[in-house]
Amino acid sequence: MRIGDAKQSYEADEAIWTSSTQKIWFACFLLALAVFPFMADAYFLYMGCLVGIAVISTTGLNILTGFTGLISLGQAGFMGVGGYTVAWMSINTELPFPITLLFAGLLAAAVGILVGLPSLRVKGLYLAIATLAGSVFLHFIFAEWESVTGGMGGLSLEPAHFFGFTFQSDFRMYFIIVPLAVLMVLGAKNVFRTRTGRAFIAIRDRDISAEILGINLLRYKLMSFALSSFYAGVAGGLFAYFYRVVTPESFPLSMSIFYLAAVIVGGMGNLLGGILGAAFMTLIPEALGLLTAALTPFYPNAPIFMSPMLEIIFGALIVGFLIFEPHGLAEIWHRIRRFFSLWPFRN
Amino acid sequence: MPNILEINNLSLSFGGVKALQDVSFRVPENAVTTVIGPNGAGKTSLFNCISGFYKPQQGTIRYQGDVLAGIKPPARAAMGLARTFQNIALFRGMTVLDNIKLGAHVHMKSGLLGSLAYFGATRREEMAVRRDVEKHIIDFLEIDHIRRQSVASLSYGLQKRVELARALAMRPKVLMLDEPVAGMNREEKEDMARFILDIREEWGVTVLMVEHDMSMVMDISDHIAVLNFGRVITEGLPAEVQNNPEVIEAYLGTSDMDSLRKKLNPEREVA
Amino acid sequence: MDWLFFGEISLAGLAMGGLYALIGLGFVIIYKATRVINFAIGEIMMFAAYLFLTFAGGMEMSPWVALPLAVLGGSVLGGVIEKVMIRPMLGESPIAVVMVTIGIASILVGLVELVWGADPQLLPGFLPRKPVFIGEMYLAPKIAYGFLIGAALLIVYLLYFRFSRGGVALRATASDQAAAYSMGINVRRVFNMAWVFGSLAASLAGVLVAATGGLSPQFGAIGLSVLVVVIVGGLDSIVGALIAGVFIGWLETVAGAYLGGEYRMPATFAVLAVILVLRPYGLFGTHEIERV
Ligand SMILES: Nc1ncnc2c1ncn2[C@@H]1O[C@H](COP(=O)(O)OP(=O)(O)OP(=O)(O)O)[C@@H](O)[C@H]1O
Ligand SMILES: [Mg+2]
Repeated sequence: MRIGDAKQSYEADEAIWTSSTQKIWFACFLLALAVFPFMADAYFLYMGCLVGIAVISTTGLNILTGFTGLISLGQAGFMGVGGYTVAWMSINTELPFPITLLFAGLLAAAVGILVGLPSLRVKGLYLAIATLAGSVFLHFIFAEWESVTGGMGGLSLEPAHFFGFTFQSDFRMYFIIVPLAVLMVLGAKNVFRTRTGRAFIAIRDRDISAEILGINLLRYKLMSFALSSFYAGVAGGLFAYFYRVVTPESFPLSMSIFYLAAVIVGGMGNLLGGILGAAFMTLIPEALGLLTAALTPFYPNAPIFMSPMLEIIFGALIVGFLIFEPHGLAEIWHRIRRFFSLWPFRN
Repeated sequence: MPNILEINNLSLSFGGVKALQDVSFRVPENAVTTVIGPNGAGKTSLFNCISGFYKPQQGTIRYQGDVLAGIKPPARAAMGLARTFQNIALFRGMTVLDNIKLGAHVHMKSGLLGSLAYFGATRREEMAVRRDVEKHIIDFLEIDHIRRQSVASLSYGLQKRVELARALAMRPKVLMLDEPVAGMNREEKEDMARFILDIREEWGVTVLMVEHDMSMVMDISDHIAVLNFGRVITEGLPAEVQNNPEVIEAYLGTSDMDSLRKKLNPEREVA
Repeated sequence: MDWLFFGEISLAGLAMGGLYALIGLGFVIIYKATRVINFAIGEIMMFAAYLFLTFAGGMEMSPWVALPLAVLGGSVLGGVIEKVMIRPMLGESPIAVVMVTIGIASILVGLVELVWGADPQLLPGFLPRKPVFIGEMYLAPKIAYGFLIGAALLIVYLLYFRFSRGGVALRATASDQAAAYSMGINVRRVFNMAWVFGSLAASLAGVLVAATGGLSPQFGAIGLSVLVVVIVGGLDSIVGALIAGVFIGWLETVAGAYLGGEYRMPATFAVLAVILVLRPYGLFGTHEIERV
């Protein structure tokens, strides 16, 4: 914590960045994001895009699970809705990407509300299972509704475009994905500065008291579902534009677990945590991939072990963080920062 | 004084347990009404009925003349029925300030889109609430120094005070306090008693309270109702209730009058 | 409509349902005692089935030795999971605990694939091969005998929990942990035993199911069907698990036979969705009253 920033007014006190140091750091961060694609090689660009998509989806799931306390096993399904919406629209319409992505988010939000409807009557784990049911149905629809989804073969789509400009390379996609990710994270940050966000957290912490204090549980739970699946839908839409193909296998149940893991590892109910978790979880498979590649000359079988090792690592991260660091990477990050902000004076 | 709340023939049971039986009493406006009674008498259940969390099998609750039946808890909160809880029910993931602001929820309007943008009306509304909370509640309850802290880190007494602050942010007409001084030390109790009286006088709020601490009850109540085994045994002025033999008996389950009187007429402790 | 075919399919479905009932029972035991929803139960089953594969296949033990050993292995796994990963979560939110079991499931899938490979495998046949006829209806022998073995264990369980000391301790813990503790019941031990016994039931069912349908690292997905079973029956209801187990087993098989394999899951999940809306706490589950 910086010392000596007398609070001028409540406006300043309620701002996201309450000190000029913080503002400068954020500006530097944005600048770094902006120059990154010009410095990075193809591989890092590709990773940057993946992390951006993961950040959006993780932030969405964090809103629902981390902040509102509703576990969802349907995240991949909601992303699928977004992905298929974008794919279908890019094939059947000429609409530019902002519109298709908006539709992807809105349709996913609508489906999210539908899946969240059982929260009218059930909560907690029963609700988690309702989301599981939702994802089973969605998967079924992706696979079977051939005239729209292309069945098991899926859909291939055109690159994103906007007023004649097409985004066919990772370099260009980066400039859609990353700004959107920044905007959406800031949007989420805003939500938690207002009554909506407080209502979410209240529901997570003590739903009954929250209701007695004036929060309409159903309304806010559904709102959380809608918002969270909107994020998922946009992330799914970006996923579709990025890979330019969607199939039912693009959005498996394990993807929902991946995002749950990202939220847990990053820190439930912490937006910064969601970002860290998304980046961390996206990079792990890559790190493991590099390791495998390095080992293959000595152990030709190494590639076979890669996918099971990933499963084990994901699982172990979930279990390990829940047991040993339930506040996730965000907490570790804060500890490091506290250390450094006192650093020169520490001893 | 007119009655802001009228409870008529309220009955509530859980399976075989009769938590409330034919309970009737009035809560006069702009006064401090206290419900006392032994453990398990049904006091909290009564609050839960008024909040709309429990649905009584029989009887009615009238609030400002209208029957409350069928109105959901959030709507009741919006109508001015605010409360605190016996087992502190703060939201542990939020700061003190956010907990208090949450109380203002029912009086705010901004929706999801406004929240995402934090712009225009939403922003103005948030700032207005912040100013309001700072000016009228945080200063009044003397909790400026903890507003940024997470509620989990506070002492028990302070947590109770933050709960009161949150209830005040609901702009209550009737403030229901479930054991507001339980577990507090003497100084904290005195503060709380002072706050309650100030709230009644300066804010014109009706206070309905459940409390076991007899000296405080006798000191600040204008009106007392006594519950025992789910029934009202008597209601009236503190002095009337205090000397009612039935109350004495119910409270201690014995008729050893002397020790009981002592218990019910304690030395005046509260300022 | 071909009634004979329908009868045969139904019979196979009911037999499968018997095994679901057994797994559901294992699940409910764990839930009742510890209030943990075990998303890893399918993976525990899978682990036991792979152990059987190793004992009976690779090590060429007699199946009748391999079976108890494999089941024992699965039970020990359950006990170890409880001790190492669930116990530290005592007092945490149920959501966090569920996520731990999801993590465990993921670890087990990875381990199994690492040790036994990703390809589907067949278990060595160990059940009698003679076709079974009930009236005119043919029932595949693997399914029939699998059902009989499963049903036998199920009956043993029901009797055990009804009459033994362990059963009383379990039920006491389930109904009121604090009271059970004050009566001198070792609640921690009950937790552990619940995981051991729950996993035991699941492990036996795992080997029997794998014996009819084969085994792969995706086998744990059967846990999803089990989840449907226990939600439909009511998480804390043994009767519920039995009835819902048989029903869901039947429905899944019939839907698979008439509509195609891709309809198995949607069919059962549709039932689940209906139940969640109409009877949120399952057919026989208890709805816990909340207080403030
Ligand atoms: N949700 C519930 N389910 C079952 N029984 C309940 C429930 N709520 C209250 N009861 C029962 O109703 C009776 C009255 O309880 P209540 O909490 O209203 O008492 P109280 O007067 O507030 O007691 P205390 O002074 O201990 O707070 C008790 O017997 C209690 O066990
Ligand atoms: Mg009480």
